[in-house]
Amino acid sequence: MKAQLPIGERITLKHGAGGRAMRALIEQVFLDGAETPSGGIGLAAMDDGAALRVGDRWLVLTTDSHVIHPLFFPGGDIGRLSVSGTVNDLAMMGATEVLALTCSVIVEDGFPAAQLEAVQASIRATSREAAAPIVTGDTKVMGRGELDGLVLNTAGVAFTDRVVPDSGLRPGDRILVTGTLADHGFAVLAARHKLDLQGELRSDVAPINSLVREALAAGGADVVAMKDPTRGGLASALHEMAEKSGVGVVLEERRIPLTGPVRAAAELLGIDPLHVANEGKAVLGVRPDAVNRVLEALRAHPLGREAAVVGTCITEHRGRIILDTGLGRRLLTEPEGEPLPRIC
Amino acid sequence: MTLASDEEVRELKFRDPAQGKALAERLERLTGEIGRAPVAVMHVCGSHEQAIARFGLRHILPRALEVIMGPGCPVCITDVPEVDEGVALAQQGVRLATYGDMLKVPGSAGSLADARAAGARVDVVYSVSQAVELARELDEELVFFATGFETTAVATAAEILRGPPPNFSVLSAHKYIPPVMEIVAEMPETRVEGFLAAGHAATITGWGVFEPFVARHRLPVVVAGFEPLDILAGLVRLVELIRAGTPAVDNMYPRCVTREGNLAAQAQLWRVFRPLGGRWRGIAHVPNGNLRLTDEWAHLDARRRFRIDVSRLWDFAPAALVQRCLCGEIMAGLKSPTDCPLFGRECQPEAPVGACMVSSEGTCRIWHTYGGHPELRTAGEVRP
Amino acid sequence: MCLGVPGRVLVVEGLSATVDFWGVKKQVRLDVVDAPVTPGDYVLNHVGFAIRRIPAEEGAATLQLYQELLQKQNEADLMATDVRSELQAAGPGWWRPCDPRF
Repeated sequence: MKAQLPIGERITLKHGAGGRAMRALIEQVFLDGAETPSGGIGLAAMDDGAALRVGDRWLVLTTDSHVIHPLFFPGGDIGRLSVSGTVNDLAMMGATEVLALTCSVIVEDGFPAAQLEAVQASIRATSREAAAPIVTGDTKVMGRGELDGLVLNTAGVAFTDRVVPDSGLRPGDRILVTGTLADHGFAVLAARHKLDLQGELRSDVAPINSLVREALAAGGADVVAMKDPTRGGLASALHEMAEKSGVGVVLEERRIPLTGPVRAAAELLGIDPLHVANEGKAVLGVRPDAVNRVLEALRAHPLGREAAVVGTCITEHRGRIILDTGLGRRLLTEPEGEPLPRIC
Repeated sequence: MTLASDEEVRELKFRDPAQGKALAERLERLTGEIGRAPVAVMHVCGSHEQAIARFGLRHILPRALEVIMGPGCPVCITDVPEVDEGVALAQQGVRLATYGDMLKVPGSAGSLADARAAGARVDVVYSVSQAVELARELDEELVFFATGFETTAVATAAEILRGPPPNFSVLSAHKYIPPVMEIVAEMPETRVEGFLAAGHAATITGWGVFEPFVARHRLPVVVAGFEPLDILAGLVRLVELIRAGTPAVDNMYPRCVTREGNLAAQAQLWRVFRPLGGRWRGIAHVPNGNLRLTDEWAHLDARRRFRIDVSRLWDFAPAALVQRCLCGEIMAGLKSPTDCPLFGRECQPEAPVGACMVSSEGTCRIWHTYGGHPELRTAGEVRP
Repeated sequence: MCLGVPGRVLVVEGLSATVDFWGVKKQVRLDVVDAPVTPGDYVLNHVGFAIRRIPAEEGAATLQLYQELLQKQNEADLMATDVRSELQAAGPGWWRPCDPRF
């Protein structure tokens, strides 16, 4: 189901927001003429990465650029984000043993060297944490004012025997999340604006490949779909999964795990946590018989302690997400434009 | 991680599903006892509509009860001439600060967002205090384009009384709600049999302000809060009054609302502002519906500090789409968003035609964001 | 942002209070609140200003209010029959007491 929006004459911030406008841009500009690798998963699938057949295995490949502002925020920084983002994209396709990463840096003239060193230290530490070696990269410097501080690009590559798509859901399958939602987005928002909110809003940014490995070991082929809910939050991720799979989803709002600070910030600011970015979480679609095994495996891991079953796939209302609020029901729509720019 | 009900109550959140179900059942019984359909009631507060939409309350309301949103979105009813004043000022090179919602509201020749894209300086703030702080940091003039009902006007008044820096001034587009209830009650086409009054505005004004209205129009008014149980309880009481044929004011939000209201806030509000008749978008003239700065504060009134030239904006004829927009009738509660041919098609949050789609409290925007009213009762069972 | 959100007062310093919203804290101005505020009180916050001091017992009182509405169900069942017969006896004009055309 294509997004109906016309692009307009100029690209604007909303096109990078992860919501409907961005999908329209990708569909109408980038997919035009894109080729699908034979037998593989290419651009047209708009999955977290590409998968190429090599012998009897799959080579998964992904790339990301990072423009987040501010560069340092509670819980992380652009370096940790760039490594985690790519490692997690690979993990979402089922590839949890990373072969290698690249890391390219574009720096603005005048950028403090100490900050660059701090970012590099973070990159190295996160790379070790994920057992994902950085093997090559590139460095460029642009003139003052030509770039805002620092931009990072990472690419990653890994093998896997089975590719987990984001489109394998069937009616009856359950939806799981690996932990509390909206931590990253609110942490960045609070750090960026003078909101005068004092509280423990910390980004969840982390590589979760080892967590996903446990889930896949426990559930095997019964883990039928996976996606990481980055920009656009759980709402965006689930919309894509539901649309591609041809199912509807009923979400139970009162089961969704949120930290106290996120819950409070959401009420005060009038922002829906389900529309807000995560950088250390995954959404899984799991066959009913495997749910308990997978949940146990997630909760046994330090990054999955708050994992929860939050929804069920249904036959009707294909492509739609229905939110059961406990009191009533409504549709959970995709975020419209840009509540939180430059969140990733 | 997920709140237990008694924890919620300690935080003054009233959302317990079991109590909600019981109140909804009572509402169903009462509406059924009235014996005709639809029974139409109106609320005049964007925050009420948001709460109803957010918690999916329409899903459990009786089919025979129609809860209509009236002109309760302060941004949506900010009329074109007022938006034009802000746009003209910005185009004249004056720096503006405003709440985010005002940015995209269409004027004669575009919105503040359009003006900003063409080079004007418009800052988004979350509160008037933030605008005052910004003014302190600047060497130039800063005009606060003030929108919102009386509840929000109180904050503007407080900052004015505190003594803002000399480079700060206010362009007031604040509105006052009670007069518009009169207008709606007097509309010949209206089917409204009772009003749910906005709890936070009433926190300021007190529920006593509704007594003359009730005496005049013989329609019950129930003041309700914004937690989902508050809204359900408010509707139960309102339907009780309708069923009994009792025109009365009832206060179902006693933890925040009293008969006299917040006298300290009222004193500040009416020291700084006076009500003036004016046009609300789509509703024509509302006597005493606009709040303007009194003469005592002329030195902080942007309308008097600057010569705002809106005439050059009038050369632009309204776009053909705007003429098909039903915002006026939607805000008066006569039509709903799905009656509008543009809703969800040419008119979407990313490309709004009318004001109702621009503001987070606009009926069309809320319906679009929360997916409107599809039939969700028959969706698949949720398993434990 | 016309939201009114309740919080609990932690510290009061002149016309400014630190308010706990059970997860985040925020400075809130007390210029327009309707009663003197002390730590432990609830306040209703709107765009950074406290517009109401909510007495602590109001949480329980609100639950009580809902209960009263629900308890009326039984009484109302009895009354409904009476009211209907009265209205019928009074004639058709009484059926729409709130219709402005009458």
